[in-house]
Amino acid sequence: MMTPNNPVPRRAFMKAMASSAGLVLAGCGQTEPPTYGNLLRMGDLLTYKAHRLLLPEHSLAHEYEYSDVTSVPAIGTTNPGNPARSIYSAEFGPVYEQLRADEFSGWRLTVEGSVMRPSAFTLADLKRLPSRTQITRHACEEGWSAIAQWTGVPLRTVLEAAGLQSGARYVQFHAYDDIVDGIDMLDALHPQTLLAYGMNGRDLPIGHGAPLRLRVETQLGYKSVKFLRRIVVTDHFDDNGSQGTIQNGWSWYAGI
Amino acid sequence: MPAAAALDGATPVSQSLGHRGWVRSCHWAIAFSFLTLAFTGIVILMAHPRLYWGEVGNDLMPALLEFPISNNHRPDDYGPATTFTEVPGAPISATRDYEDEFFNQNSWGRSLHFLAAWILVTTGLGYAFTGLVTGHVGRNLLPRIGELAPRVLWNDFRNHLTSPIEPAGSGPPYGLLQKLTYSSVVFIALPLMLLTGLTMSPAVTAAWPFLLDLFGGYQSARTIHFFCFTALILFLVVHVALVIATGFRRQLRAMVVGH
Repeated sequence: MMTPNNPVPRRAFMKAMASSAGLVLAGCGQTEPPTYGNLLRMGDLLTYKAHRLLLPEHSLAHEYEYSDVTSVPAIGTTNPGNPARSIYSAEFGPVYEQLRADEFSGWRLTVEGSVMRPSAFTLADLKRLPSRTQITRHACEEGWSAIAQWTGVPLRTVLEAAGLQSGARYVQFHAYDDIVDGIDMLDALHPQTLLAYGMNGRDLPIGHGAPLRLRVETQLGYKSVKFLRRIVVTDHFDDNGSQGTIQNGWSWYAGI
Repeated sequence: MPAAAALDGATPVSQSLGHRGWVRSCHWAIAFSFLTLAFTGIVILMAHPRLYWGEVGNDLMPALLEFPISNNHRPDDYGPATTFTEVPGAPISATRDYEDEFFNQNSWGRSLHFLAAWILVTTGLGYAFTGLVTGHVGRNLLPRIGELAPRVLWNDFRNHLTSPIEPAGSGPPYGLLQKLTYSSVVFIALPLMLLTGLTMSPAVTAAWPFLLDLFGGYQSARTIHFFCFTALILFLVVHVALVIATGFRRQLRAMVVGH
């Protein structure tokens, strides 16, 4: 859906190719995913642009029956409070450990950046907003898949509560294990893009991202950031420096 | 019939037409992108060397096939299973506890796979279009209806088993089994690779859900993608073996400079 708040969408294909071919440096004012002159990132950008050009906006991923729910491995960070793991934040790991001990009563999700009303939501605040429950397939880049039921508040509802500014183009998600990743406004406003606090009818387990995780059903699993603490809306593309997936050699867009 | 033609009806060296420029360009662009796709495909498979049927498959579920190409499937190194409900046989969850030893080169592996796929798909479409417009496909690649009679096919197949392999010409006209093989690769195997590949894309299947129905699910598409790959590798081995057997230097030269 194209609104003044959603200016990301389809641009001329040639323009995309022109920007991908050039050595465009990331930084303030960068409005497209950067390629850094890297051939692989140019291929990623081509795929991203082709999807945005050729696929209809906001098609819904298939939703399943509850009887289709399967076993789900918990991988990557399975507890941000565990310092023995290689992905561990010295700054936020101990904070998470304390929050978990308090059953997340002190947990807040901050929403900031290009919004009219920067806000902090408690879990109870989020649960008071209109919820959505969906049974979808999680597709991991490793090759496996799983079906689970997710309950949460559509990201769109939270962004609208905070009020998007007219220049808003991307949304960044900061987690307690120091992982940061972002999606464009098209995926952010997708009806199935959820801030999930429930899984299979229960509170989201620790291994799957408690107390709140992202669900992006039109992209691979690694975009569905777990253990959220902070959401930042930006006008420009933010590669999130050394923490970002793109700087670590991964495709920023994982719709394929 | 001359001895050389006994192989599969291929024309003797002196009567073959060689390869046209656009066929040669497409051949090498497709060859290099295919080899890149094959290599990165194996790298990607190593991250999860298990195949399944249906929509879903993972380490906590039984596999259709497992390959000993990486040490990534270690059921004993998962944390204790927890169930989501008290119902017997309910789905479980468990934490994977060997992340630091996990083999995963999918960052560049996947991106290079898709970059090569773009090259193969655009070249392949250009090849198919040019081939249809110039008549190359109808004249040289597709078998005549009469050639598909079981007796004719059987005779050609038997000749392949019994006749010695001798120097053969480069380029069309092709023998019957040769035409069937080339058209199966171009019009069945490669399109099937593309479609099953697209079926593994969450954005594409959201837009075009019929792909999931067509292949019986996400993991089925992945499994078909793998078996198509093995068929294409088998083709590559036989193709290169016959190029060597029928005159490697002349055949290679013909695919580079045309004759």
